[in-house]
Formats: sequence, C-alpha cells, structure tokens
Amino acid sequence: MATKRKPRLAVWKFASCDGCQLSLLDCEDELLAVTGQVEIAYFLEASRAVLEGPYDVSLVEGSITTPGDAERIREIREASKFLVAIGACATAGGIQALRNFADVREFTAAVYAHPEYIDTLKRSSPIAEHVFVDFELRGCPINKYQLVEVISAYLHGRKPNIPTYSVCMECKLRGAPCVMVAAGIACLGPVTQAGCQALCPAYGRGCFGCYGPMETPNTAALTAWWRDQLGMAPAAIQRALRTYNAGSEAFRKESEAYEHAHD
Amino acid sequence: MMQTALRTLQRPSTPVYGSSACKPYRCRVTRRVQENDDTFTVELTPVSARQHGAFTPGQFNMLYIFGLGEIPISISGDPADPDRLVHTTRAVGAVTRRMATLHEGDVIGVRGPFGTHWPLEDLKGKDIVIVAGGIGLAPLRPALYQLVANRGDYERVVLLYGARTPEDMLYRAELERWRARFDLEVYVTVDRATGDWHGNVGLVTALIPRAPFEPRNAAALLCGPEVMMRYAVQALQKRGVGAAQTWLSLERNMKCGMAMCGHCQFGPHIVCRDGPVFRMDRIQRFFGRWEV
Amino acid sequence: MTEHEPHDRLYVLDRTDLQQLFDALRTRGYTVIAPQIENNVIIYGAVDRVEELPIGWTDVQAGGSYRLARRGDDALFGYTVGPHSWKRFLSPPLRMLWRARKTADGFEFIDDGSPPPRYALVGVRACELAAIQRLDDIYTRGAVIDDDYQARRGAAFIVAVNCGQAGATCFCASLGTGPSVGPGYDLALTELMEGEHRFVVAVGSERGAEVLAELPHRAASEGEIELAEAIVAQAASQMGRTLETAGLQELLYRNVEHPYWDAVAERCLTCGNCTLVCPTCFCFTIEDTTDLTGQIAERWRRTDSCFSTAFSFISSGSIRTSAKARYRQWLTHKLAGWQDQFGNIGCVGCGRCITWCPVGIDLTAEVAALRAEDVGQPPAEPILEMA
Repeated sequence: MATKRKPRLAVWKFASCDGCQLSLLDCEDELLAVTGQVEIAYFLEASRAVLEGPYDVSLVEGSITTPGDAERIREIREASKFLVAIGACATAGGIQALRNFADVREFTAAVYAHPEYIDTLKRSSPIAEHVFVDFELRGCPINKYQLVEVISAYLHGRKPNIPTYSVCMECKLRGAPCVMVAAGIACLGPVTQAGCQALCPAYGRGCFGCYGPMETPNTAALTAWWRDQLGMAPAAIQRALRTYNAGSEAFRKESEAYEHAHD
Repeated sequence: MMQTALRTLQRPSTPVYGSSACKPYRCRVTRRVQENDDTFTVELTPVSARQHGAFTPGQFNMLYIFGLGEIPISISGDPADPDRLVHTTRAVGAVTRRMATLHEGDVIGVRGPFGTHWPLEDLKGKDIVIVAGGIGLAPLRPALYQLVANRGDYERVVLLYGARTPEDMLYRAELERWRARFDLEVYVTVDRATGDWHGNVGLVTALIPRAPFEPRNAAALLCGPEVMMRYAVQALQKRGVGAAQTWLSLERNMKCGMAMCGHCQFGPHIVCRDGPVFRMDRIQRFFGRWEV
Repeated sequence: MTEHEPHDRLYVLDRTDLQQLFDALRTRGYTVIAPQIENNVIIYGAVDRVEELPIGWTDVQAGGSYRLARRGDDALFGYTVGPHSWKRFLSPPLRMLWRARKTADGFEFIDDGSPPPRYALVGVRACELAAIQRLDDIYTRGAVIDDDYQARRGAAFIVAVNCGQAGATCFCASLGTGPSVGPGYDLALTELMEGEHRFVVAVGSERGAEVLAELPHRAASEGEIELAEAIVAQAASQMGRTLETAGLQELLYRNVEHPYWDAVAERCLTCGNCTLVCPTCFCFTIEDTTDLTGQIAERWRRTDSCFSTAFSFISSGSIRTSAKARYRQWLTHKLAGWQDQFGNIGCVGCGRCITWCPVGIDLTAEVAALRAEDVGQPPAEPILEMA
C-alpha cells in the first residue's frame, strides 16, 4: 500500500495557563501512539519545528482577549480542516472571563503602571464566539484520555465518546459517595459535565465545575437547595459559580441571579 | 472513619465471559446502490456459510462498522432470498456516512434479525394498504415482495408512497415495475415537483381518501416519519380503517436489540422486542404523545 | 442457578462464630462482599474479617441527606441501605464485551473472556434480594441471556439479613418486598442483640445447608424464633415512607399529560443519581471504540441513565429533551411500564432514590401528589386531539 500522508496536527495557544497543552504532553504512552498516527506540525510547547499549514486537526487552547487574538484565530480556522477548542478557556472564556463581570479598564489601571500600553478586549470570550468550532473538549484542564479519544475518533471518522451528562454519573459509577448528601458539602457535580471521573467528590470535595455546564443544567434548583438546605450565603453561591467556567451561559446567568442578593 | 482507598471506575483489560449475543457476524458487501443524494442500499452475504440472514418482513438488523459503531437498520430485501441481506439507509451519522463509502468486497458486522414483523400471514383475504413516506418504504419492501409472491392470497394490494421530491424516491425502477402490474395499485406523490414530474403533488396522506380499497376488509401497513403516520392513521380512520386494522413501524434509540439496554422504551413497550411493528390500537394511548 | 428450597428449621449461630462463616465462604473460593464504612458512608466491598463491618454504626436518612451515627451497641447489621447496591457486583458498571482485530477478511474476535469472579454477598436485605430478582427477569429471562450476568448470578452465594429497623426513606413494606427476606437466599440471618449476641439462621438452599454444616450451630429455640419475628415486625412498623400501589399503573398512564410533571421538572436536576443508586435500574449503553492505529476494536457496555439526552437519540434528535419528559419516563417506567414489560413493579422500596437525590425529590411524595391531583380519566388520544 502506498504510504498515506499522516494527518497534520497543530496546537495553538491563546489566553490560558498552558495546562491543557500539558495534558497532551502528559499522555506519555499514548503520545507515542498519537505521533505514530499524526504528524505534529505545530506545537511550540513540545517542539520548535514548525510545519506550514494547512492542518488537518487544530487543537486550540485559551480564550480570545485581545484584538490580535481575534484576528489570529480566524487565520487558524482558515488553515484548519477540523478545529477542536480544548479546555475551559477556549470553551467558556476561562477564569479570566471574570473580567466580563467588571470594567476591564479599572483592572488595567489598577495593575499596570502604563495602562495605555494594554490593548485588550472588554471580555474574555470562547473560541466559538469568533469562528466555527468542530468540537469543544471541556475541562480545566482537559482529561488526557478524552483528548486521545477525540483525536482517535477524528482519525477513524467516528463520533467521540464524550458524554455530556452530569459528573454524578461518573461519581456513582466509580462508587464514590455523594458529598452533598453524605456530608452537606456544596457540589456543582449535578450541573457540571462529566469528564474528570468525579475527581474532587471522590476525595471528599465538592465539584468546582471545571468541565462547565452539563447538557441540561438546572442550576436554579441546585443553588436553591444550597441556600435553603445547606445554609449557603448568596455571595458564596455566586463565588462557587464564578470560577473557570464563569463565562458559560448557565453558570453566568445563575451567578447573576445572586448578584444583588444579600443574606 | 478514615478515607480508605478510593475506588476508581474499574476498566477491565479483558472481555467478559460469553456475550456472544453482542458479537456481530461478518457479512461481505456484494453490491451497493446509490438510491438518491443521501440514501443508498447495501447488499450483504454472510462470510461464513453457517450464517444466514433469514428474517420476516418488518424486522431489523444491527449493522456494525469495525470500531466505528453499530446502528439498527430495517431489512429491505426479499424474505425468500435470505442469503442476500439488503439494507437501505440514509447517510446521517458517523456509521451510515461510512457505510455510504463501502465497496463491493468490504466486510461489516451484522447482528439480528430483531423485532416483530408485518403480520402478513394473518392478513390473507384482506385488502392490503401500504402507506410509506420517504425512507419508510425500505422496511415495507419485504412485505411487498412477500405479497407479490403470494398475490393470490390477498385481495387488493395498494401502495401509497410519498417522497419529498421525485429525486428522493427510493427503488424507482421497482416502483415502475410494480406500477405496470395489473394486480398492484401503486400511487406515488411528492411534496415538491421537480424536473419533468407530472404525477401527484402533495402529502401521501392525501392519497388515502381516494385509494381503491374496501375499508372494512382492509389492513393498513404504515412506515414513515411519526408525524406522517399520525395523519395517515387519522385519514384511515376517517375511511373506516380502525386502529385494530392498522400496523406501523416505530423508530427508537436501540443499542442491544435484546430488550436489555432500555434505550427503546416506549410507554409500556420495549420497541426492539414488542416492535418495531405495532398494531395501532396497542400503542394509541402513547403514539404521537409529546416526548414519550 | 441452584435450587433454593427453604428449610423449615431455624438455627442459631453465635456472633463469635460468624468469622467462621466468612472463612468457610472464602475456603470455597468466594470473594466475600459485605457492608463497610468508606468516606462516612456504608458501602459494599470485599472484606476478610467480620471486624471490617460497620460495627455499632447506624445511618440516619432523609430526602437528600445521609449521616452515620453511633448505635450504642455492637450490632453488625444495625443500619439500612447505602448508596451502593449489589448490581455493582452482578452487573458491573463498565465491562468490555469483546475485542476484535482487523483482518484481511474483516475482523476476528480475540482475547476470549474469562469466567467472572465468584462472590458471596453478605448482608443482602429483603428489598435488595427482590431487586436482584428484578435484574434476573431482565438479564436472564428474555429471549437472549446476558451470559456474564448469569454466570455471576449463578455463582453468587447470598447471605441475606432481615432488617431489625427501617429507615426514614424505607417503604419496602408497601411493595411486599420486605423487611422479611423472601426466597432466593442461601442463608438468611436475623441479628439478635438481646442476651447473647447471636443470629437466627434460615437455610434457603442445599449449598447454604452445606456451609452451615461446617459452622458451630444449634437449633433455634421457640423464644429465639419469636424474638427474631418480633424484630422484623418492628422494622415493618417503622417504615418512614409508604407507596400506595393500588391502581398505580393506570394512575401514571392516565396522567401522562398532567401539569404536575412540570412542577417536578423545576426541581429535577436531571443528574441521573436516582437511576444510578437504584438497585433495579438496568439500562446500559454500548460504546464501540478503536485504538489509535485503528487495528483493534473493542465493544464496551457502560451503565446508562434515562436522564441523559443521548439516551433517546434517534435520527431526528433526542426524543426526551425536556427534564419533564425524562423524569416522567423514569417514574412511569419504574412503576407502570415495568409491569407490562416484566410483570412486576420495578421499585422495591429501598428508598435510595430519595436519600441520594441531591435535592431530595421523593418518589413516594411525587406519586402521592399525582394521586391527589389525579385527572381521573385518560387524556384524549393524540390522534383524536389532532382532529
């Protein structure tokens, strides 16, 4: 058989912590298999060798926060056949989307000696607000097995097995006891998408919502229970919703419902 | 009470005992026909002589593409020729899109046949009215083959078939052949006429009031989009064809085909076991009910 | 499966000799699974020693709440049921069904499966035994049999325990599934705390009798038998919840369009917890995968829930997109459809779905609310509604 050209994979970074790219490097055993199947054409975190586009698969980490970002993501989209947004920054704006709830100019004035040099957008926004995204892989950071699954699914033309149901599904499947029911700990698991194998609840912590809203998140019912049964203060509820996926619609709206509520 | 070792979801490295029922048998593609833009027919023959594709009209198979997935597809071939397994489907998901690219000689997996059938044996001496919409003709074609092969056992046989456009119609050559027969009444309609179409334009349900059959002695077999079947049932009832004389084929999510996985739940029914072919009066409490 | 013929005679096994039961089971090649405490919850897992049981602990349950508490005695089985159920061992949540290799001729199956483990399930409550029998209906009594389940089930040695107390979310008495264990066990224990700590033992099978024969035991006295019966009767009187089953099936069917379902949907998180803790929920999905090279394919079976939207996905999209339709599906299938499909109510009254719902949605209260607002007559059939 004639050697088929391996699909070219590129990894791009926008406003982010690099944690999701590290997940790809963290694949170790799997990474060898991945490099056997794809040609890594652009991945500065791993290699300085850069191959020109077009790319078959682009993994995009980070959110769009500057006018330059907004321009660059369009170029990447044009050079990519299949574009996957990876991580909470790329899919929801990330922790930096907290700026969306305030005035970014006040921040820059407070932080930088010369804020006039800072060219930044008012909002931190996910990739899908700017270009068409073929698949959004959630997580802060993403789960490396899910990443391999998405790449493998792309290579073989199948739908990735990435469920959009709640963290509770994974929590119960691994046999971990519910921290909300058994310990009265506020947990975002019931409204958060699975993917982490319920890491925090399994260690007795409430879910922080790293994977963003699940398919049909009833955030109002959950936070009402926190408030009425667990005695949680509105400000604390708002803080719980405003982390890595603060910019996601479901978490943002619910957090705004607690905006002006006081104890 | 300390936190003991945290259990993780165990991912076994070897398969479970048995599960032969979940193992597809291999079939070779012997023919592939593009029916229209997105719809195609594959003909399969079991690789092993020990396997055969015997089925009754209305049943379905689970078709498996290596590593990609498995989907339920009704059988649309001739029940008298079980070594030629025929399936017609639209390329809509990952599995069917790959199926659309199959070539002669390719091998795929098959499990089945599953489910209930059109009760043709019990309908001898009756007028048979077949109402099909779009790809809904596929699971009814085996019934037509069987009716034609045993034509003397039935009174009138009427086929009412509707498609979106003339180009969307399935089995056009066959429809022509059936139309040419004096012992079949074939009426075809399209939602939208294109090209040199001079036939009926309109919904298939509009053909029901004028179709030549004796309502009291009729049996209606329906397959198509649920909304089309709802209107067809209603039009048939207006002509006096009751729910106990009407059978229809339902679509639900199916994973196992063995009445175990629960995905095809429909009110009191398990569609892969109690269906896909149901007599209307057995399901009319729930048929067409929102999100049941 | 072995014949489970109940023996009339009741015996007594001293608490101090219970370890010998565990040892006898292990000697026979069983992995003993029993209640134990993990992360402040009583779960089921492998144990070697009786001391690993939740000795002296009980549970306090309510809608959306579960806490452990000290009992004040050294009872071994002084609690009700926790978040785990035995289906975890008889029908594990994630299983590889087969593995295949791509060949010139299509594919071939490789790595044939090995026989499943042999479990002795110790501490199976009446409702749980009934739940296992519900699973038997689905996995072993249809046209096709789940080989793996049947092998696990056939090998399982069941040591049942009669409940000495009922929890606030228990309602097995309403369903006739408890608190006294019905047939189907190998040995059944009733824990007596009065006087000497001991167990009244009923023998339910030949192999149960064989195991008991290896242990120090004696015939139970009239007094001990009466005491054991009184203990179970007391549990029956303590049920925290009730579920009226008369006309339940029709109640649900005729109220399919009731506005009540909208009210539940406002509270329901569609998280799926109720289905995952339920000892009878049996749904699973099939996942087909390949390795990165595409040369090896696997088929996996994973526990699924009717609360996910993918569950009802067909070519035109998901059938049950609304929370209302998904909750209605779960409750109606459990209490009504199940009767049509398998001849029984799918609920055994264990109360897990009430306790482990993160927002305390209570199946018994929901049914009672529906009953109070019963429309009384079936809604117009959809076909007629169109006219």
